[in-house]
Amino acid sequence: MTTSVSVPPADRDVAAVRREQDRYRCEGRWTLAGVEDFDIQWLSSPPRSGELTLDGSGIQAIDTTGALQLLTLLAALERDGRQVRLVGLHEEHRELVELVRERRAAAGEPTPPPSPPGWLERLGRGVWHHLRRSGDFLAFVGEAALALGWLLWHPRRFRWRALFGNIETAGVHALPIVALLAFMMGVVIAYQGGRQLEFYGANIFIVELVSLTMLRELAPLITAIIVAGRTGSSYTAQIGTMQVTEEVDALRTIGIPPMNLLVLPKLLALVVALPLLTLFADALSVFGGMVMAQTMLDVSYGDFLDRFPQVVTLTSFLIGIGKAPVFAAIIALVGCYQGFQVRGGADSVGRQTTVSVVQSIFLVIAADALFSVVLGSVGLWR
Amino acid sequence: MALSAVPVDPVIQIRGLRTRYGATVIHDNLDLDVSQGEIVALVGGSGSGKTTLVRAVIMLLKPAAGSIRLFGQEIVGIGTGAAFRLRRRFGMLFQQGALFGSLTVRENVAVPLREHTRLPARRIAEIADLKIALAGLPADAGNKLPRELSGGMLKRASLARALALDPALLFLDEPTSGLDPVSAGAFDELVAQLNESLGLTVVMVTHDLDSLWHASDRVAFLGEQRVIGYAPMAELVMAEHPLIRAYFEGPRGRAAREQACTAK
Repeated sequence: MTTSVSVPPADRDVAAVRREQDRYRCEGRWTLAGVEDFDIQWLSSPPRSGELTLDGSGIQAIDTTGALQLLTLLAALERDGRQVRLVGLHEEHRELVELVRERRAAAGEPTPPPSPPGWLERLGRGVWHHLRRSGDFLAFVGEAALALGWLLWHPRRFRWRALFGNIETAGVHALPIVALLAFMMGVVIAYQGGRQLEFYGANIFIVELVSLTMLRELAPLITAIIVAGRTGSSYTAQIGTMQVTEEVDALRTIGIPPMNLLVLPKLLALVVALPLLTLFADALSVFGGMVMAQTMLDVSYGDFLDRFPQVVTLTSFLIGIGKAPVFAAIIALVGCYQGFQVRGGADSVGRQTTVSVVQSIFLVIAADALFSVVLGSVGLWR
Repeated sequence: MALSAVPVDPVIQIRGLRTRYGATVIHDNLDLDVSQGEIVALVGGSGSGKTTLVRAVIMLLKPAAGSIRLFGQEIVGIGTGAAFRLRRRFGMLFQQGALFGSLTVRENVAVPLREHTRLPARRIAEIADLKIALAGLPADAGNKLPRELSGGMLKRASLARALALDPALLFLDEPTSGLDPVSAGAFDELVAQLNESLGLTVVMVTHDLDSLWHASDRVAFLGEQRVIGYAPMAELVMAEHPLIRAYFEGPRGRAAREQACTAK
């Protein structure tokens, strides 16, 4: 009697095993496409003991994946100490199976992928990582300060061309977007506040509302956020890509400290450009407020401009502008630092760029809050 | 398996190919045939368009004119679905490896398998480990990230990915550049072994004179925007064309030739 088991049901294009007593006959195409649905679990359990024969004469084509499947089948049959003879393979097929067997033996048992760490380990690693990164960042700020000090003694070594190039891309090219957003902020603040003022009949106070909010707080903040998204991210991506392509190492080898060429011109360019952009944003946002005051509250341009110097003190204006260099330093240093943190390839550049923008915006807002507290405590309310 | 005497279509058949980058013409009226089971090397001076030719054949670059048939199928103006099915049948080893930096070597090798088959994850991992072993990497390489590998290991890992789908056709772009002589020799031997036991057709771009002598059946010499010589190495070095002479008659070319002749 012959029990015939086909796994899966006979089809000339796929790998199959036909069982006849203690003889397993392999048929069909033992290729990647052919063994796709093959599962040795489907084999009926082999006899308890005795000698089995695995007959490969029916195999029409075989590739390395098929050879792997055949060896897996062989190992499964041999598992309980049974003797299995592999017979009937065509010469070229046997060579390939031997090649696969040899190479697997030479490579050794593959190590399974490491299991993901538990939550406690992840928490610990995360805290440790962030602490170290904070320390590294402080060290980077220190290095930049030292390089800046060195530069004061050797002003001829400064890279003016890089400085002006950076001022152009970070400052001049940002003018349109800063203008648009600042103008819209002025409009929005005037619109929202104006409704309340109109309710109390205090239309003229729109001047205080728009001017003080914008000059002291919102214009510097909005400008810094735009620049962090526009310029900080590009600093990270540029230095990060140079890190990947070993350009940073090439600079070091030629004797150009990356700090001098890549960081200081960017830092100084932003420290110059951001206050100027802030001034520009001040003007455009107040103009936005004026347009709303005229159309919604009947406060004419003339009335607005008459009142403006009476309510806005020089201190308020300077506090707003004075924050800008600090924000600029934060954005440039975080952007450059994150660029140097890139390791490996493209995905690292993307990750560090994200981190750079998030961190610089966070630090800018934190610094702004600190300014409010400190300036408030020394009595500079107006 | 009886070899049929009926002549089969060449695996690659290029007729009148013209490619260009902008205004620069790279190839003009180029013809080339590669038969089943052959190892063909593409050589030529820098800028002669070896890599460009490979890129045109693997459908990364659209030719300006001409016809390219892969496995008998025209690929100029091919549809997306047909191109996807065709991509399953060849593998490519890029010059810089081009492994995905965020994935481990095992995951890199698994990418084509996941994309093109319905295999369960456990078997994909098994097959990936096999390809890693076939490429001659130690077993613990599977969990490493590409940036943790040396240049030679990177090439092998990249070969493992190119072999993932057991392709019938393999493209190698400078497979032995940057490898030490021992690794380079082992790489050539591996390619020859796969060619013999799998009937794999191989097209490789190379400058490695030892590879040309020992690991290729025919060598296609690119110059003047077309193939100016296409013959086994021993014949090609006898060619009269000045470009070919200049290429092989240097001290390095002669040394490799003498070594190859004495070895035989």
